[in-house]
Amino acid sequence: MARAVTKQRKTLNTLVAWAVGLLIFFPILWTILTSFKTEAQAINDPPLFLFFDWTLENYGVVQERSDYMRFLWNSIILAGGSTLLGILVAVPAAWSMAFVPSKRTKDILLWMLSTKMLPAVGVLYPIYLLFIELGLLDSRVGLTIVLMLINLPIIVWMLYTYFREIPGEILEAARMDGASLREEILYVLTPMAIPGIASTILLNFILAWNEAFWTLNLTAAKAAPLTAFIASYSSPEGLFYAKLSAASTMAIAPILILGWFSQKQLVRGLTFGAVK
Amino acid sequence: MATQHSRSAARLMMAPAVVLLLGWMLVPLSMTLWFSFRKFLPLRGGDQGFVGFDNYVRFISSSSFWPAVQTTLVIVLGVLIITIVFGVLLAMLLDQPIWGQGIVRILIIAPFFVMPTVSALVWKNIFMDPVNGLLAHLWRAFGADPVVWLTDVPVYSIVMILSWQWLPFATLILLTAIQSLDGEQLEASEMDGAGFLSRFIYIILPHLSRAITIVILIQTIFLLSIFAEIFVTTGGAFGTRTLTYLIFQRVLESQNVGLGSAGGVYAIILANIVAIFLMRIVGKNLDA
Repeated sequence: MARAVTKQRKTLNTLVAWAVGLLIFFPILWTILTSFKTEAQAINDPPLFLFFDWTLENYGVVQERSDYMRFLWNSIILAGGSTLLGILVAVPAAWSMAFVPSKRTKDILLWMLSTKMLPAVGVLYPIYLLFIELGLLDSRVGLTIVLMLINLPIIVWMLYTYFREIPGEILEAARMDGASLREEILYVLTPMAIPGIASTILLNFILAWNEAFWTLNLTAAKAAPLTAFIASYSSPEGLFYAKLSAASTMAIAPILILGWFSQKQLVRGLTFGAVK
Repeated sequence: MATQHSRSAARLMMAPAVVLLLGWMLVPLSMTLWFSFRKFLPLRGGDQGFVGFDNYVRFISSSSFWPAVQTTLVIVLGVLIITIVFGVLLAMLLDQPIWGQGIVRILIIAPFFVMPTVSALVWKNIFMDPVNGLLAHLWRAFGADPVVWLTDVPVYSIVMILSWQWLPFATLILLTAIQSLDGEQLEASEMDGAGFLSRFIYIILPHLSRAITIVILIQTIFLLSIFAEIFVTTGGAFGTRTLTYLIFQRVLESQNVGLGSAGGVYAIILANIVAIFLMRIVGKNLDA
């Protein structure tokens, strides 16, 4: 509903919007800046904004002391693995619900959504126990499966809302031309569904990357991703602001960049298609 | 258009997702229910048999239960009020024509992508530390005594951190909703002499009511189960123990599985009450 407004009005709006935007972004900006300071500069009073001796030292120290790369690798495996597994399971399900709906489709979709509402803490001990029994505690396999399961409802829902936008007439036309079910899926549906699938992958990768209940409770040393790596900084020794900032910057940078591409999908994915 | 053949194919394609989710729901849920009726202390005697509703009564009558409920309510309501009031204002601001709109949007959305442990630790140390924190520097610059945030006002500090994380989400959804508002309707009302306030109350707010409801429901579900933000800031001390955190402590820290499971059942019931309302709205949308 962009409407014509006077130039003064636009200037005023712009100033206010930028001020608010920078204020909200400030904690992130400050963390990134602090990561390039020495520990003494990081706690300097008055605070140093831009004019300090920029250093990359903290990044080296963080990697050296706590083997950041291992945690990063775990995060990538867990988020990537759970998303891809989820997509493999969800694409056929969403496809069939979108194109061959039955009376129960709506109930199944709502039931899937309801499993997402199950509070994790309510099933913490059973999962913990099962993980011990099956030898999955602190393993990437176990956590990948859990992350896949908690995000599966969102993946199915997102794909379903995307698939529903593909007009059914196209499928009928393909069928009339003698396309088999396999050809129909491979040559007609897949190309049209790729943007939706890509968005779904993106958002779920982000959600899995930031998941911080199961990753904190089911990992120790081997399978711990970046969420747990950062949590280990909660009881530090001595000066550590610059190092905490460097570690934080490294943990959030990849996802901030991905996140900016996924703004639109975020709304659809997290409201289960209720707001588009 | 659906033949018998494609129907059975469809059922087959749906099966893996349905079976997995069914297992994920039923297996742990029935275990939690089972444990909740037993005296089960893994480190002190193991499973000591059936105790009826004892755990349910003890969970509610323990001295930490009501404070935990109160903390949970303050956190959920506090974050909801802050994010929705500021979310509506921000959405209306971003809907106006401004220079560099895309960049401002990116700046505002960014906190949502910060992982919970990072945001909690950065706020706790770099901003809220009473000696070296940025807010302490700011307070001293104005000659005031720095606030000891996470000890003196711990619950409000956590509300602040969570609001910062969730404001982008509320803003983004409300902005999406506001952008679907019919501009002509607004212009017509403007020509009829409706002031900003009456336009806001009679046109914008009713249009946003559904989006606001959805934001409330979804945020409530996520906020009821926040964990990392408390885990790394106060560890549940200073009255910041929420229901979720209390259950976590009962189950994993004090290893009283029966008691914790009874708490878990309460949490599940509570979440389901909220979920029913959300599902109604989403379900209506499916028919459209």
